[in-house]
Amino acid sequence: MPGLGEIITESQIWKSIFRHPMPVDRRNRIVVMLTNFFLHLHPVSIKKQGIALSYTWCMGGVTFFLFLVETVTGVLLMFYYRPTLEWAYNDILALRDIYSLGIMREIHRWGAHAMVITVWLHMYRVFLTGSYKPPREFNWVIGVILLLLTLLLSFTGYLLPWDQLAVWAITVGSNMARATPILGHEGPGHQLLTLGYPMITSGSDARFALLGARNVGEETLNRFYILHCIAIPLGVSLLLAIHFWRVRKDGGISGPL
Amino acid sequence: MHGISPQQFAETVSSFLVPFYVALAAMNGIAALLMWKKFGPVTYFRVFGVPITNALVWTFVALGFMVLASMCAGANMNMMPQMPQSFRDAVNERTGPVIYTLGTTALLIILFVFRAWFVRPAVAWTIWNLMLLFLGLSMPDSNFFSIVAKPDNVPIVALVFLLAFFTWLATYRAVENDRRMDAGEPPLEKLDDEKVLVWPDLVYIEMICMIALTALLIFWAVWLQAPLEEPASSVKTPNPSKAPWYFLGLQEMLVYYDPWMAGVVLPSLIVVGLMAIPYIDFNKQGNGYYTIKQRKFAYIMFQLGFLELWVTLIVLGTLLRGPNWNFFGPYEFWDAHKVEALNNVNLSDYFWQWWLGKSLPAVPQLQPIIDYTPTWISSWLQPILQFVGILLTRELPGTLLLLGYFIALPPMMALTVFRKFYQRMGFIRYMVMANLLLFMASLPIKMVLRWSFNLKYLIAIPEYFFNF
Repeated sequence: MPGLGEIITESQIWKSIFRHPMPVDRRNRIVVMLTNFFLHLHPVSIKKQGIALSYTWCMGGVTFFLFLVETVTGVLLMFYYRPTLEWAYNDILALRDIYSLGIMREIHRWGAHAMVITVWLHMYRVFLTGSYKPPREFNWVIGVILLLLTLLLSFTGYLLPWDQLAVWAITVGSNMARATPILGHEGPGHQLLTLGYPMITSGSDARFALLGARNVGEETLNRFYILHCIAIPLGVSLLLAIHFWRVRKDGGISGPL
Repeated sequence: MHGISPQQFAETVSSFLVPFYVALAAMNGIAALLMWKKFGPVTYFRVFGVPITNALVWTFVALGFMVLASMCAGANMNMMPQMPQSFRDAVNERTGPVIYTLGTTALLIILFVFRAWFVRPAVAWTIWNLMLLFLGLSMPDSNFFSIVAKPDNVPIVALVFLLAFFTWLATYRAVENDRRMDAGEPPLEKLDDEKVLVWPDLVYIEMICMIALTALLIFWAVWLQAPLEEPASSVKTPNPSKAPWYFLGLQEMLVYYDPWMAGVVLPSLIVVGLMAIPYIDFNKQGNGYYTIKQRKFAYIMFQLGFLELWVTLIVLGTLLRGPNWNFFGPYEFWDAHKVEALNNVNLSDYFWQWWLGKSLPAVPQLQPIIDYTPTWISSWLQPILQFVGILLTRELPGTLLLLGYFIALPPMMALTVFRKFYQRMGFIRYMVMANLLLFMASLPIKMVLRWSFNLKYLIAIPEYFFNF
């Protein structure tokens, strides 16, 4: 009589999902890397120093994992949160005081802070090991864009609780945009864009484009919500895919020649 | 702490400090155990024939932390070990942006120059313990506690300790690699050249990391509630109003620059400059291993930009800037009525009024041009001409200085200090690097000018929002 485990792993369903036997011998440990969708990001074998924590600090992987955590907890939070002046603050209050899975908000917020820090540490490691040098120059450039998007993700999310902390932090941060050269209504050179009457005013400048209004208001909340939940994550996902693909194509993790 | 009684505050601090000190005791105890069992203890000296080893020393440190933990356990402020009041007063009184910035710079330089000594495990471990002890002894101060334990500031405290650790780790390996390569040996990274299978060697590391991180996040989320203040109000402006912590270095730059520079131009240049790094760093050495000697210039510039101009400014902006963006010492109460005399003077005022004893030259009048050109031309021509007119008259000293700085300095540096760089980089790459460096250097230069001469702007044309 075969055991229950054997019945499961020998079944047609199991075999159709996992296209290889258990990775317990050398051959199947190679096959698993080649046939599993989630594992095929990896190479089959790697230099020992390339997985040494004292070299990699694991910070790139940690950042990616935090992005996944943020995605999962973020989707759960979206079930409970309505981005309107009427509901935004009350929904967060309810997440704190009523809903049983309200702790998702804590995980989401601390994970976001942690992600900013781990991106910095990842870049710090990449710089200190000179890993941006040829042939990995362009992957560093993609990484810088990902850094920027991470900060923007965190910044747009900061507004959503709609409390004093959120609104004033975004007000202070976005006030800078009105000083944008040429495109901000208090920036140098905005007088140049004129058609006999000024084209750049507080109702048409860079800050207005960011906020959707002259002040941080309901339009801003909607705009930041869409940026935070859809637009920026889509961009990050695409760039992450390229980032990982380039790691492989540029010769895997860096190391001395 | 405001809004809670002294007893409640003592209990809050105690509930943080007891697990904190116990964790430090465990940390040192484990370290001592490893020294004793795994690495083999090192005997420093003997007292009456008893060997005093490193394992023994750190065991006593661990016991000391246990004593501290028990002293905090009663939630009694008089029992709790804390910084002496005289020390706190002295720190509050003496520190300011100048001392802070110069002090951190000096500290980083000392750490860099004597890195071979500072990275030695015993030294680094001592410093690590002292940093944590400083935090523990400062926590019973209610002003310190209210800043550091603010939920959204916890990441910055974590960042400081994480950076201290990882900078040590990287420098430790770089020092070792530099020593090895001087002796003709390959770097440490070259030693583990053999290949291993990703399953199981890497995927298990990844899985353990994921589990540990999940546990950490859940623990953090249970322990610390995410902040939620009063509902937003557009009429109640908090003082200070701060951007999220990772942008506070930029907000701190507002002290020295106008918003168009601190908020738009310099952040854009930081992004562009980071992207440009691989294309301006022509040094082929140091690819794939930690080293300092083989890429000293790149290393120093990056650390200056990251650790000094980015991280320490964030710490300053977050922890030490209070109401009205005034500087407050780490143990100082954030008093909204603290008054600091601001008497900053523009370069043009210095030049015309103070040095030449004249009044400022009038803004040039352009009436003839406006009269004889069609409106659609003059409406944009007039501001340009007037702006250039102000640049060349009232603001002439600043204009000349900045032209010299950004136009004349790069070629002069190419002929002198950067001669070899220029030869190897070519014109465009060199100019990009030189200008990025000059923009970066303009921040410390403006800081020093502000501190020493109260200089506000080198060029001040508020009529056109152009202040530099």
